[in-house]
Formats: sequence, C-alpha cells, structure tokens
Amino acid sequence: MQYTIAHLKRGERGIITNVSSKSIPLKLLEMGCLPGNIVELVQVAPFQDPMYLNINGSHLAIRKETAIHIQIEKING
Amino acid sequence: MGKQINVALIGNPNTGKTSVFNALTGLNQKVGNYPGITVEKKEGICKLPRGVKAHIIDLPGTYSLNASSLDENVVIELLLNKKDKDFPDVAVVVSDVENLKRNLLLFTQIKDLEIPTILVINMADRMDYKGISLDIAYLEERLNTKIALVSTRKKEGIDVLKELITNYKEISVTPCLDTSEIDKDYFDNLRKAFPNQLLYKLWLVITQDVNFGKTERKEIEDVSSFKTKSKVDLKRLQQKETIKRYQFINDVLKVGQTIDLKSAKDLRIKLDRIITHKVWGYLIFGVILLTIFQAIYDWSSVPMDFIDSTFASLSEWTKNQLPAGAFTNLLAEGIIPGLGGIVIFIPQIAFLFLFISVLEESGYMSRVVFLMDRIMRRFGLSGKSVVPLISGTACAIPAIMATRNIESWKERLITILITPFTTCSARLPVYLIIIALVIPEGRFLGLGYQALTLMLLYLIGFGTAVISAYILNRILKIKSRTFFVVEMPNYKLPLFKNVVFTVVEKTKSFVFGAGKIILAISIILWFLASYGPNENFNNAENIVKTKLADKNITEDELQQKIASHKLEHSFIGITGRTIEPLIRPLGYDWKIGIAIVSSFAAREVFVGTLATIYSVGSDQEETIKNRMAGEINPILGGPLFNFASGISLLLFYAFAMQCMSTLAIVKRETNSWKWPVLQLAIMSSFAYIVALIAYQFLK
Repeated sequence: MQYTIAHLKRGERGIITNVSSKSIPLKLLEMGCLPGNIVELVQVAPFQDPMYLNINGSHLAIRKETAIHIQIEKING
Repeated sequence: MGKQINVALIGNPNTGKTSVFNALTGLNQKVGNYPGITVEKKEGICKLPRGVKAHIIDLPGTYSLNASSLDENVVIELLLNKKDKDFPDVAVVVSDVENLKRNLLLFTQIKDLEIPTILVINMADRMDYKGISLDIAYLEERLNTKIALVSTRKKEGIDVLKELITNYKEISVTPCLDTSEIDKDYFDNLRKAFPNQLLYKLWLVITQDVNFGKTERKEIEDVSSFKTKSKVDLKRLQQKETIKRYQFINDVLKVGQTIDLKSAKDLRIKLDRIITHKVWGYLIFGVILLTIFQAIYDWSSVPMDFIDSTFASLSEWTKNQLPAGAFTNLLAEGIIPGLGGIVIFIPQIAFLFLFISVLEESGYMSRVVFLMDRIMRRFGLSGKSVVPLISGTACAIPAIMATRNIESWKERLITILITPFTTCSARLPVYLIIIALVIPEGRFLGLGYQALTLMLLYLIGFGTAVISAYILNRILKIKSRTFFVVEMPNYKLPLFKNVVFTVVEKTKSFVFGAGKIILAISIILWFLASYGPNENFNNAENIVKTKLADKNITEDELQQKIASHKLEHSFIGITGRTIEPLIRPLGYDWKIGIAIVSSFAAREVFVGTLATIYSVGSDQEETIKNRMAGEINPILGGPLFNFASGISLLLFYAFAMQCMSTLAIVKRETNSWKWPVLQLAIMSSFAYIVALIAYQFLK
C-alpha cells in the first residue's frame, strides 16, 4: 500500500518519496515539501484535519486534501 | 544632499523583517498604498555612516519570487522593473537563522536577477539555543554576498548592516545558479528570441503570467509571444527549478552550517502539544477571546467616556466663544460632533489592534487558524477567516482588511461579505438604548432579560454570518485554488516596539481613512437638518409662537417646540416624511426613519440623531430615554417604542448594512462595486423583511 502524509499518526515520521505535481501548489514545495525530506506529524486537529507537520525544520499546517497527494515511506521508531 | 541609496527589504514571513525595518528607520517611516491596489507600502529613511542616506522599502513577506497573492506580487513587480523609482540599488534579504535553508531559496532567486544582495541572518541570538553554528566566510564565498548577523532583540548587527548598505557597490552580482540547466533547449530559444534581456528575468516574467494571470507591465518586455510550452509544462519546470535551488542550498549548508541536535531545544513542539490540543487548545482559545472582549468593552469605556464628554464640552465652548452664525453652528453642531464620532472609537480600535498584534507577533494566531480551519470550512470559510470575524466585533473595517492572507479568493470573498453581520461596537449604543426601553428588567435563571437580549443579539449576528457563508458557498460559482498552507512559526515574546508601531499605524489609518467619510457625512447631515426649502422652515419661530400663543408654556419648552418644528420642515425632515410610508409597516415614524437614514453613515449616529430630533438639550442617556419613552405612535396611539417596534428595530440594526465606511472598504478590497452594492441590497432588504415580520407578528 502506498503511504501518504495523511496516513501518519501523531508523532510518526516518514520520508517524502513523491509529490504529485498537479495537485500540490508550488508554495508547498518552496516551503520544503520535497522528495527526500523527512516529515513528522506534530499534531492533528479534530477529524485529522488540518495536519500540523514538521518538514525538515519547516513547521506548517496543511489540509488533509493536500496531504493525500504527498507520498511517503514510513520510518519506524 | 547626495543621492539616496534605494534599499528593498525582502524576506519570508515570520523572519523579523519588520523588526529590521524598524531598527533601521526608527520613526522615520510612513505607510501608504501601492498605486491601484490596497497592499500596504511601508517605506522609511535610514541614516548611514558618512552622511549617506538610504530610502528603505519594507516589501511584503514572500517565500519565493513565484507570487500567489497580490501582496507577494508587489515584490516581483518591483524587482522586474528597473525603471520603477523604487527599484533597489541593493536588496537586503532577511532570513531567520532557524530556517536558513528555506529562506535561502528566495535569496538565490533575487541573486540570479543580478541585483546586489545582502543577506541578513536574523535572530542570531537564538543560535546557541538551537545548537546552530555557521561558517560565515564560507557562506559569503559560496553565495557571493556579504552577510550581516543581526539580532533585533539584542540590538546587535544593525551597524554592520548599515555599513554593508553604504558600500553596496562592492557586492558581487554574480548569480548563484544557472537556471537554464533545467531545460537547455527551451532557454536557448528564449535567449535567441530576446537577446538583450537577462535570461532569468525573462523566465520570471513568463512564469509570473502563468501563476498570476497576465499583469500589465509597461516597462518590461512583453514575452506573451513566446509560447513554446504549455502551462502544465511550465509548472513542472518551476518545480524543477525549486528542486535545483534546494540542491544548491543543501550543498552550501552541508559545509556552512552545523546543527548540534543534542544541544537544540524545541519549546515550540512542547507548547503546541497543549496549545493545539483537541480539548485544551479550544479551551485556551475561549479564555483568550473572553479576555479580549472584556478588555475592549470594559477597559476602553473609561477613555471613551472621557472623549465623549470632552467633545461635548468642546462643542459647547465653541458655541459660546465664537460669534453666532452659520459657521459657528457648522463647527459646533456638524464638524466637532462628527470628529468626536471618529475619535471615540480610537480606544477600542487601539485595544483591538494591540491584542491582534500581540497574538500575531507571538505566533499564536497561526494556531487558532489551525484549530478552526476544519470547522470554518464547513461553511465555505477558511481557518484564516477567524481573525476577521473576531476583529469584526470591534469594527468591520480593519476586519475586512485582515482577510488579505486568505489564499483562496472564494473563501476570502465570502469572509468579506459576511463579516459585517458580526456585532460591531457601533451597534452597541443602538442596542443598549432600545433594550433599555422595551425589554423588561426581570430575571430569568438569574440572568437579566436585558443582558440576555444583548447576548442573543451577538449570537444572532454571528449565526447569520455563518449561515450566510454557508449559502454563499453554495451559490457563488467561483473557481479558485483552495489550497491552504499556514506556517506555524516559533513562539516569540512580542517586541514592544513592533506592537506599538502596529497599533499607532493602524489606528492612524482608521482615523484618517474612515474618518474622512464620517466627517463628510456629518457635515452634510448637519446642513440638511439645519436648512429647509420654504417658509415653514424659515418662519418656524413665528409659526410656532402663533400656534402656541394661548398656551402657557415656559421659554425652554417653546425653544424646544421651535427646534422640533424646524427639523420637521428641514430638508432632512421632508426626506423623513417622504420615506415614512415605507417604514410605517415596521412600526417606525418619520423621525426614526431619519435616524435610520442618517445612521447609514455610521450606526451609532442613530442615537445622536434621535437626540437631536426629540430636541433634547442635554445628551444624557436618561433624558433621551425618557423622551423616547414618551413618544406616541401617531396612528395607533400608545408608546411609539413598544415591544414590537423595539424588537423590529433591534433586528433591523442586527442585519442592515448600515455603514458607509464598510462599503467603501469592501469596494477597495474586492476592487469592484458589484460586491458592496450586492451586500447593501441583500443585507438591507433582509433586515427590512425580518423587521417587518417581527413587527407584524408582535404588534
């Protein structure tokens, strides 16, 4: 199964593998959301949305509808 | 006086760019607008060593030169336009030491435009705390620039920066990257098509049109003829460019920056476990909101009362000191009360901006946006709509200006359209006097009926705002990208200087901006109420005297009758009687009608107008209240202000778009008359219908 950021649970981390270029705004890439970077789910609002992420030291919140387009590989531990 | 050096301050949001600006310019700054748009333009003068001066522009914060909002677009337009009078001799990129990697993206883009660029690494005082060490000499060499390590909090490094600006000519203009590597063929063709232009500049112009629609540029080469790639391809190239830039930056920082994670502390994550928590987060937000309301209504009542009485006595004094005549009357009855009507809002506006600027500076506002986004989205709003809705309880004008950072145009437009439903402070005087008149003093479950009514009115305002958002979301067919990204910056203790500057500057812009309109209206109103077209007005004194000749009344009462007769036959009185048939079904008479019409300038004018119309000498609430209580309905008999007409009035004011200044701001922010006109028509007719139903049902 292909994991995306939307699958992360609070405190879990992953490495971004692929960013679907059509659905992801350039701005998010500029803020550090690029393949190879480590992403950690810091906090979620009720209903898992929006999601508060730490991507390589960049702290930002995105909506779940965006998160499902960012593929990751889970890091255990 | 030598030539001033033009300096542009550029940087990501939350890097302390404005603190650097304040540190450089001190009080020598002014805030205006960029021509044609409502983006704020902050500029100032900085004194440099050896008698040189610099003109500094604080450009809106942006993450890159690929704009996605009006504010960001200003940055690009300036950097692309060499002929702009503000085109920088030197660009100063302000970066945050903790986010150096991300900040450098923007830096490399500006560098590639071959503009001399200084890099400021701000918040240098946090380096130890975060375990960061930098090899400045290496960074300067790799980035082809000069670096100033600055801490505005500790007031360090500003002199170094000033020195660098003075000697800007020594800074290399060699680009950091060769963007053409992302697609050699494409860029080769581009170079051939426009051989005299800087390649990276051409590329930015092309992508800018893709990102932001075609913008009009007089001074920049028109590249629209160069269409060898589709939009999708161009977007892919932009992504490629971003990735390439990050590769370069990673490469540089691998040697230039070491982070000792062991000694790094992260307070943000710890605090956010609580502040953005599913339960605690909302509780904390609730407590903060209550505190703000308390402050705005309670603390500001003291200075407001003071301003009120000062202007009343100033008006009185003017009348007594100046020779009687039309000019004195205009001054004492038109201009001074008009000015008072503006000045009286200063305490509330200042308090509101104080809180908002503290919440924003500290980084808390982003957390509120995070907490509220899901809930607001259900109604077609964004988490970012919360800020305007909170501000709207003080005044819709600053609230509507606060919608600018909402990315999606549809969400922003809906927020602008519904904000005037929130119960702003100008509705309070109207509510208070009518509630005192028509709602009994009894208690229900320990709460006074009157207090409950007021609370209910607040809830109605907020509820209507949210429901209208829901409806608008269904009706409006606007396609706009609805992505949502909000940065969660580090928590910071707000800098006193920044907070004070914001409060002073916003208050000033309120007083001079909205103030002009309010002042103009009050002068017009005074004129209309003080002059009449015919004999009935001009001979008021004789007519009244003849009519009352046989009655035994005091001189005071006579004067009141004359004033009242004059008003009835003044321009405004005639207007009132013309519109009377329209408002009679709501339970109002012509006097209330005039009060409604005149309070279109600003809602609180309602009480003042009634006070004048009922010819009350003093403006103590008790007196107006008694007068109003004594008014008889001319048709039905019985008190004019009864339960039915009172509720009808309350509801009318809850919904009607009774505020010129708000309409003017909506026009400015949406850049079209369509929205304010629709807003006026829909809100006011809805108010009319609801008030009509309420009165007919209750009477």
